[in-house]
Amino acid sequence: MTTNNAEELLSAYSPEDVLGYAKPVKTSLIIKGKLSRGIVEEISRAKKEPGWMLRLRLRALELFEKLPTPNWVIGLEELDLEELAYYVRPDVKEPAVTYEDLPPEIRDYYDKLGIPEMEAKLLSGITFQFESETVYHKAKETLEKKGVIMLPMEEAVIKYPDLVKQYFSKIYPIADHKFAALHYALWSGGAFVYIPKGVKVTEPIEAFFLIGQSLEGQFEHSLIIADENSYLHFIEGCSAPMLKRYSFHDGAVELYAHGGSAIKFTTIQNWSKNVVNFNNKRGIAEENARIDWIEGGLGSRITYTYPSSILKGANSSSSSIVIQMSKGPYVKDSGSKMYHLAPNTRSKIINKSISVDGGVNIYRGLVKINKGAVKARSHVECQSLILDDHSYAYTYPHNQVEEPSAIITHEATTGRIGEEQLFYLRQRSLTEQEATSLIAIGFIEDVMKDMPFEYVNILRKVIEIEFSKVGGLG
Amino acid sequence: MLEIENLAVEVEGKTILENINLRVNKGELHAIMGPNGSGKSTLAYAIAGKGGYVIRNGKILLDGEDLTRLEPEERALKGIFLGFQEPPPLPGVKLSTLIVAALNKRRGVKDLTKLSSMRDYKAILEGLEKVGLSKSYALREANVGFSGGEKKRAEILQAMLLDPKIVILDEPDSGLDVEGVAKIAEIIGELRGEGKGLLVITHYARIFKHIKPDKVSILVNGKIVAKGGGELAYKVDDEGYKSFS
Ligand SMILES: Nc1ncnc2c1ncn2[C@@H]1O[C@H](COP(=O)(O)OP(=O)(O)OP(=O)(O)O)[C@@H](O)[C@H]1O
Ligand SMILES: [Mg+2]
Repeated sequence: MTTNNAEELLSAYSPEDVLGYAKPVKTSLIIKGKLSRGIVEEISRAKKEPGWMLRLRLRALELFEKLPTPNWVIGLEELDLEELAYYVRPDVKEPAVTYEDLPPEIRDYYDKLGIPEMEAKLLSGITFQFESETVYHKAKETLEKKGVIMLPMEEAVIKYPDLVKQYFSKIYPIADHKFAALHYALWSGGAFVYIPKGVKVTEPIEAFFLIGQSLEGQFEHSLIIADENSYLHFIEGCSAPMLKRYSFHDGAVELYAHGGSAIKFTTIQNWSKNVVNFNNKRGIAEENARIDWIEGGLGSRITYTYPSSILKGANSSSSSIVIQMSKGPYVKDSGSKMYHLAPNTRSKIINKSISVDGGVNIYRGLVKINKGAVKARSHVECQSLILDDHSYAYTYPHNQVEEPSAIITHEATTGRIGEEQLFYLRQRSLTEQEATSLIAIGFIEDVMKDMPFEYVNILRKVIEIEFSKVGGLG
Repeated sequence: MLEIENLAVEVEGKTILENINLRVNKGELHAIMGPNGSGKSTLAYAIAGKGGYVIRNGKILLDGEDLTRLEPEERALKGIFLGFQEPPPLPGVKLSTLIVAALNKRRGVKDLTKLSSMRDYKAILEGLEKVGLSKSYALREANVGFSGGEKKRAEILQAMLLDPKIVILDEPDSGLDVEGVAKIAEIIGELRGEGKGLLVITHYARIFKHIKPDKVSILVNGKIVAKGGGELAYKVDDEGYKSFS
């Protein structure tokens, strides 16, 4: 392990730069072919899972076949499911508990991403998924002492079936849309976390997802349950090396925040530029509970992500801060959704996007306030920064208010960097790229304070380096 | 020393400046005065290298080196500083970040936004006090919501901290209160004392009640119509520009 992996990560932006080209990694099982009951049964068999889960998968498959392709999905022309491997098991028998037990090819990725440092410095637990399976999993002692359950998802299905059954697919419904159904038919990997009553986990738990090959589907499912008055910060990171063709990610996150608890969920998405990324995220907050979503989207060819909270209990609250950067011919389609079902519920959505070099950002948000959600409050802020005249940002905020005492406030701004600003900064000796990156960093500065420090550094560096790359700005 | 030789400048196909000859020596305050639209800001922009300000003829030399073809940032690094008539707001960029980035750039520090020494921070705070802005302005977004006078103070602050050879100030006194004008004049005097060359652009001789320029050039309709010593500034104040056209 070199001394400065973190620095390497900081000084190179794109996962392609950090991870290089995809290298062959030994696999022990690949499931592909025309999507059918047979395929789903094969996955289920490979995972030795109980019958109820197989039935859930098959129901999901039926729904997938029935549901129409959502009309909001654009840019998926290239996606041909039959080309994809639905399940790829790396040649690792059990999730490793020490990092030396990992096959060297996988360990190399792990090193390059600086994960050992983060584990040592920042985290109370970590799980690392490669292709379809968890290859490394470690809960630090402090977690065990506090009675926290943290397991690879499939292990939880076997060890805690009753607990899992109570929540799994109950928060993010199978029938929500076609790709959610596909996810449930094919899911593999992901983390399960249960925080007991009153337990506050001060150091975050991180799950890291890596796709190692092209023409692969990754369908991890994470489920986090915070019991009453507990607290957890969960970080998810995603990356992939340079792939020859594309790969498809269709993961899901379900959060359940019981009375008085709080879950903070941070995603740093840095897929390589040929990953099609679907993200299905939803949380339910009971009375006085709080869910905070933070998402920084840097990579991928196209991303669809809509962190959503259902404010079910009175006085529950949620925020969602999403920062998307689209540089080059890439698309980020995102938007937070807040459903207010109870009195005095509060939500805040902040969406910031940077579009440059032909990049496109789309915001599609929803605030729904049901009748009876007395005095519910919501604030939505969409800010787009467009750095040249061939990049775009679109905002489609949507409000449905059935409760007369509720208030939604909304602000939307679209900014461009003006000639005057650029010249001013150049007169202060910065190059055009430096000037642009200074303004871009400034644009997201105020929301970065909500992210873990390590990630803020990465994000800043990413922006600086993106703008210093040859070719520069349109 | 800044020398402008025979300069002609065109903007959008229209000739704005013609046959401009100027010299700003080290430790010298050179005033450019002229009515609205006479081309004062155009001259400042042309020296700083703004895009669209096409130099049709002539040269801009700094210590004998021809700057005419250099990019704005290269000119800045060579020692040209322009205090803007209307500095643009930079949302999200703190005044201190802007100054730190400019200082780091000058020293070749790679990470532009990182404070490289506490001395810089101290200098910014002391500078703010000197130009009459409270310390909290270090953390304000540069020129965002600044009043006219505050913008001018922030510009002169940068002139002080970035240590240029030539300081061009485009209407440093406009929008300032009486106390502010006196303060700016005092700082201009100090910069001159440090051996910097100053080119101060203004309509009125207001600021020159506090500090007498060494030279004055009168610009009318894109041409220098009169040159003289400091007294010329007071003449303009009494008689206006009519007598020059
Ligand atoms: N971008 C431009 N396009 C067209 N005309 C321009 C442009 N910039 C300046 N001009 C013209 O050039 C002339 C000189 O303008 P300039 O801003 O240099 O005047 P000034 O002396 O600084 O005036 P003021 O005292 O009002 O600041 C004006 O007639 C102005 O309209
Ligand atoms: Mg002017």
